[in-house]
Amino acid sequence: MINTTPEKSQIAVDINHVTKRYGTFTALQHMSLSIADNEFFTLLGPSGCGKTTLLRMIAGFEDVTEGEIYLFGDEIENLPPNKRPVNTVFQNYALFPHMSVTDNVAFGLEMLGRSKAEARTRAGEMLELVQLSQFANRKPSQLSGGQQQRVALARALAPQPKVLLLDEPLSALDLKLRQAMRYELKSLQRETGITFIFVTHDQEEALTMSDRIAVMSNGELQQLGAARDIYEAPHNVFVANFIGETNLLDVTVKHITGGRATCDLGGDYALSCDAIDGVSAGAQVHLSVRPERLYLSETATDAEGLEGRVRDNIFIGTDIQTIVALNNGPEIIVRTSNSDRGSSRIFEPGNAVHVNMEAGAARLLVD
Amino acid sequence: MTKRTHDIRRYPGFLPMTILCLTLLYAPLIVVTIYSFNSSNSITNWEGLSLRWYVDVFTGPEAEKFKRAAWNSFTIALIAATTATTIATLAATGMIRAGQFKLRTLSFGLISLPLMVPEIVTAVATLIFFNSIGFVRGYTTILLAHIAFCIPFAYMPISARMQGVEDTYEQAALDLYASKRQAFTKILLPLMMPGIISGFLLAFIISLDDFIITNFVKGAGVETLPTAIFGAVKQGIKPNIMAISTMLLAVSIIMVTISYFISKSDNKT
Repeated sequence: MINTTPEKSQIAVDINHVTKRYGTFTALQHMSLSIADNEFFTLLGPSGCGKTTLLRMIAGFEDVTEGEIYLFGDEIENLPPNKRPVNTVFQNYALFPHMSVTDNVAFGLEMLGRSKAEARTRAGEMLELVQLSQFANRKPSQLSGGQQQRVALARALAPQPKVLLLDEPLSALDLKLRQAMRYELKSLQRETGITFIFVTHDQEEALTMSDRIAVMSNGELQQLGAARDIYEAPHNVFVANFIGETNLLDVTVKHITGGRATCDLGGDYALSCDAIDGVSAGAQVHLSVRPERLYLSETATDAEGLEGRVRDNIFIGTDIQTIVALNNGPEIIVRTSNSDRGSSRIFEPGNAVHVNMEAGAARLLVD
Repeated sequence: MTKRTHDIRRYPGFLPMTILCLTLLYAPLIVVTIYSFNSSNSITNWEGLSLRWYVDVFTGPEAEKFKRAAWNSFTIALIAATTATTIATLAATGMIRAGQFKLRTLSFGLISLPLMVPEIVTAVATLIFFNSIGFVRGYTTILLAHIAFCIPFAYMPISARMQGVEDTYEQAALDLYASKRQAFTKILLPLMMPGIISGFLLAFIISLDDFIITNFVKGAGVETLPTAIFGAVKQGIKPNIMAISTMLLAVSIIMVTISYFISKSDNKT
């Protein structure tokens, strides 16, 4: 597991009990997290969760109501934005429309007092890095959305910030470009060795790019960890629901023996899963089961013995999603890979099927 | 544009109404322009094409008076428009970029209210003000009055423009280590320039054109073009007045055109 708190010497940004209030509204509640040097760190959450507020507080555009922010050990929350060695890629890029691409990229270095020649040389290098050298003399408005995005990146990276902040930078691009930019961003981060803090509401973006992800909701940290851990082992219902798709089943704990909980799903079904702290027999809890960890068969192959009828098949390209109504039980979604390998037989609506579960697929969650 | 079924051009009476409006608006101007090229002494009988009255404006018996008045008008308009534009730019920056503050709505109201106050009221008030503080009426009083009433005119296009400039540009500048002053001069000011130029041109035209307030606050012997023209007209309309009017019209048209193209070229960025 990479999900360990970074050592003190490697911490790029340390958020220490930070709270942000606007009047009576609390946007961020006692947020504490440490972002390691050279890390691709993502703040993920729905709109209004406080992720952008946190990013803007690191950049210096929002005051901190309570708490401290440290950048490589230096307390920065009271410094103005132009005194913080961090740079931002804005959601709408905010490229200066009256300046050429080169002037945009050179702006930061010029403001730092470097000579015009040095700033322009460095701008040229940055434009080469993002493969836009041939557009150096254009105005931003003469570039496509994807190119503007890369200029914004070059501009923010040119002054060699200690940390690069990215505020939903891909949200204005179309799907294909967005996917291509994910790899570009990731490799840019590796090449430069600069810590990236990336804000997004798109869980797929977060999963594909990040070393670690902080999932946020209602101004609070829900879970912090590597992409895989968050997906496979969500801490709570919110995270399970927000990251990927899941079957969230309401169950009652029947009994707990040897670290395993047996849960009553209704309709005589009992599912077993790892027990968690603070849950005892009789508790009303939830089971999260990822649809791709379920599979269908004509005869039962596991001990749980879930049976039902196919309601519908939904074709989604790489996969086929089958909705099964369990006999005397809830509906459950099963995802089958759209390939000829394996036993992925398609069951037509109305067919009776058995729903089987991979070992360890069911996770017990409390609200 | 997609073709709309409710095209206004298809309503009955559209064409005659358009012609009527255009005639009412432009016929007097066209008549004055045409007759300014008349060679006759009369203002109504056409005798032939001539630049005689334009020559008369610059060399005739009244030339000195008009030249002095024109010089006063242009210098006053230039100084008043520049000063008013500067004040309006600062006011807009303060009111739109300073975030929320108490009395903000009131400030907006106060700065645009003079546009709705009848000019004669402003004129009387300004005159009483100058008298009560013992100012001798003359060039300076005209200038001060013009600066004051030009501010709201300059403010309108500037504040409209500033509201259209997102504050992320300044944030980006601050983020890239610019000081607040640099963010203002290198980013906000260039982005506001179309609004500032429009505001300046509008203020310039308004000042150049003003009669009522000027007439109240001017001292004896100091004339601007409008008051000089009015003075001349009182002794009977001569065709040289039409030549002056036509030249003023040309100046206005040129400025409006410049203003139009500046705002148009800006849309491309």
